Amino acid sequence: MKPINFSSFYPDFYVERLENKCIKCKICIKECTYEVHTWDEKKKILKEDHSKCVGCHRCEAMCPTNAIIIKRHPSQFREHHLWNPYFIKNIYKQADKGGVLLSSTGCDLPLKIYFDHLVIDACQVTNPPIDPLREPMELRTYIGSKPEKLEVEKTETGYKLKKALPPLIKLEMPIIFAGMSYGAISLHIHQGLARAAKELGILYNTGEGGLHSSLYEYKDHTIVQCASGRFGVNVDYLNAGVAIEIKIGQGAKPGIGGHLPGEKVNEEISKTRMIPLGTDALSPAPHHDIYSIEDLRGLIYALKEATEYKKPVFVKVAAVNNIAAIASGIVRAGADAVVIDGIRGGTGAAPTMFRQYVGIPIELAISAVDKRLREEGIRHKTTLIASGGIRCSADVVKAIALGADVVAIGTPLLIAVGCTLCQRCYTGKCPWGIATNNPELIKRLPPEVVYEKVYNLMNAWRSEIKEMLGAMGLNSIESLRSNRDKLRAIGLTKEEMEILEVKHAGE
Amino acid sequence: MWEFIFKDNKDISGCGVSGIINVKGSLIPGDLIIKSITCQEERGNGLGAGFAGYGIYPDFKEFYALHVMAEDKNSLERFERFLFQQVKAIYHEPIPTRKVKTIKNPPIFKRYFVKLELEEQLPTEEEENKLIEMVMYINANLNGVYILSSGKNMGVFKGVGFPEEIAEFFKIDEYQAYIWTAHNRFPTNTPGWWGGAHPFSLLDWSIVHNGEISSYGTNKRYLELFGYKCTLLTDTEVVTYLLDLLIRRHKQPIKLACTALAPPFWMEIERLEEEEKNLLEALRIVYGGALLNGPFAIIFAYNGGIVGLTDRVKLRPLVVAKFEDFYYLASEEAAIRTICPNPELIWYPKAGEPVIIEMPMGTIPNQKSYA
Repeated sequence: MKPINFSSFYPDFYVERLENKCIKCKICIKECTYEVHTWDEKKKILKEDHSKCVGCHRCEAMCPTNAIIIKRHPSQFREHHLWNPYFIKNIYKQADKGGVLLSSTGCDLPLKIYFDHLVIDACQVTNPPIDPLREPMELRTYIGSKPEKLEVEKTETGYKLKKALPPLIKLEMPIIFAGMSYGAISLHIHQGLARAAKELGILYNTGEGGLHSSLYEYKDHTIVQCASGRFGVNVDYLNAGVAIEIKIGQGAKPGIGGHLPGEKVNEEISKTRMIPLGTDALSPAPHHDIYSIEDLRGLIYALKEATEYKKPVFVKVAAVNNIAAIASGIVRAGADAVVIDGIRGGTGAAPTMFRQYVGIPIELAISAVDKRLREEGIRHKTTLIASGGIRCSADVVKAIALGADVVAIGTPLLIAVGCTLCQRCYTGKCPWGIATNNPELIKRLPPEVVYEKVYNLMNAWRSEIKEMLGAMGLNSIESLRSNRDKLRAIGLTKEEMEILEVKHAGE
Repeated sequence: MWEFIFKDNKDISGCGVSGIINVKGSLIPGDLIIKSITCQEERGNGLGAGFAGYGIYPDFKEFYALHVMAEDKNSLERFERFLFQQVKAIYHEPIPTRKVKTIKNPPIFKRYFVKLELEEQLPTEEEENKLIEMVMYINANLNGVYILSSGKNMGVFKGVGFPEEIAEFFKIDEYQAYIWTAHNRFPTNTPGWWGGAHPFSLLDWSIVHNGEISSYGTNKRYLELFGYKCTLLTDTEVVTYLLDLLIRRHKQPIKLACTALAPPFWMEIERLEEEEKNLLEALRIVYGGALLNGPFAIIFAYNGGIVGLTDRVKLRPLVVAKFEDFYYLASEEAAIRTICPNPELIWYPKAGEPVIIEMPMGTIPNQKSYA
């Protein structure tokens, strides 16, 4: 008997073709990597298989006559509040194939977005707002361990430092690019991001996929990642950036390792990652040399030894229930920066159950960690980097006011280069040329375009952050850090406000 | 009754400030500082004024002078029971006051000249830390009393009213000091509480302040890392603790401490010679939490010197003048000229540039130098 695939009966999307506009140029066939559009040679018509459409909108965007509209499929199941179509279809899929459900990007559940319940302060009368068009407005931020006090000595003309500070990285704005591996995203994206990071005076992050040789020139703006799979990790790689990030976990899938499907492992990637062609790159859930906090200390110092104590070592963890205690342990283990990724942090491929249901929102995690590190008297000695669900410059401002030093962003960068959030990165077929390594597809997005779009986005955010700072009467970003007085809550419970250390609007 | 004040919003106020020092240590009559601060009448709204004088208690110069304000007799008695267990009070008395028509129901004021009862002699810094700890404990935990100042041979007199009323009330005209500071306050959202007036003081630090600190939340949390508790919700309290941390505890020279509070911009730092550039870069990195952002002009004093400082873009005024052994600082030039019509020098310090006037060492008893 022919197998029945229930999941193919009920498409998510509906491809509407406006026959009066369609000129049968067949561009849609070429553009769609999921083979939705086909040409019926006999009838001389274009046909569409709705069940294959992922809703990426590539054909719609590329159609020269605007003859295609991608809609949600209007077909409906009988309403059931508990058994909504999402769960029904997922069960069909698993019954058909027997596998783990996969998703890409971050959690898409309507969990409370705390950023949207926080509003920002501004000066009126009693102190003057500062105009960034007319006055200096400083966003410079340093990442790394800082001593508690400065030792100076007298010279003939004034004072000088007795001892230089430990290695610190200078950022011209408090934003860095989050780790997204070469393999998960195309080489062109990496090249564009690296160039943008250099122009902006910030950092990009290799992710766990090693570093392509064409990117060594961006050394001063590179964070190299050392994840549990240790793909592409060797001493040259460790020295190829200005900082090393030990990736313990990420917000999209706390508690499990990375996953690069074999479909995406082509020759260049196999070389860079040092793995065989076409194999799944599965990094283990734990680092097999880290089973405890003291083991983490061991790895931190092994990496410092390997790089002669010239580079700060970051430790990235997912925001989970005990994040405050975990972060405190990481600082005490010798990390120079703690990177915390919230439940909305993006991914190229994660089991759906993890992406949706494991971890906590970054807003709460930032506040809890900042508070704990302050209580323990070590907050000022380290750097707190927050990521996972930052969508606009106001989110950046709020994250810093809640206690972060720096934010890391990933998804906004991909949206800036055309991503429509269809959430099918794991297929390797990204029609926008982003989450793919197909040599034909990556041509759709050259590095220059990536650079320009990302630069523009960051330039816009930079201006907006300056405007918001100025309105608050601040002319330097360090005066915003942990400055909860600049935030007020709207519609949060007492408990939530306590965790966020903010007052309600009107208070 | 005073508890509600601590729960209230952060205090916001604009103000006028004045300060005088005689670097030879000669005593300056209180009339002079009264004249200077009342000249800046328009800078206040009658909701707060105060004075700090140094060298006012020569007979008790070796003792910490606690100026205490109490809500009622019971609170004061409770406080005294606590205090006398902690320290040896060599002498105490009500702070002399006059009846002033416009001042209704003032709190009770007393002063105590005390020394710590220690088993062994401690280094000055440790002894001072113990005293600060006690003062902070009392201010945070004992209801109805508040210690206004706690330094040697100095004292703070302040309250709700215009400067001339407060001067009249505390008989400032009857004191003589080698350093005076004064304040006239224009609060916008504060209840009339005597403790909320300036100068704010801790140990022999006293500070008068005109401004609003936009980085309050950052500074407060930074200070908490070092055990300071900001109980008053005033910017001035934060400034005082920052100075104490940087200068007394971290031993930073006063100039660098001021630079940490109002640092130059990165673009200015970039232009400096390597050595100075590295120093200022490190200073900003390590003391980013101490940067005071927002408009301010402050005058602070200690046993041995007076310092004026404005914010990094000078959003509040400060003017300085010199005449013979006297230096004058004020919000307005008129406030100086009214007591010193023809100064040798008069200048408007640049944004963030501290004006540090210290007496030569050995001029006064228990002298301190941080320059």
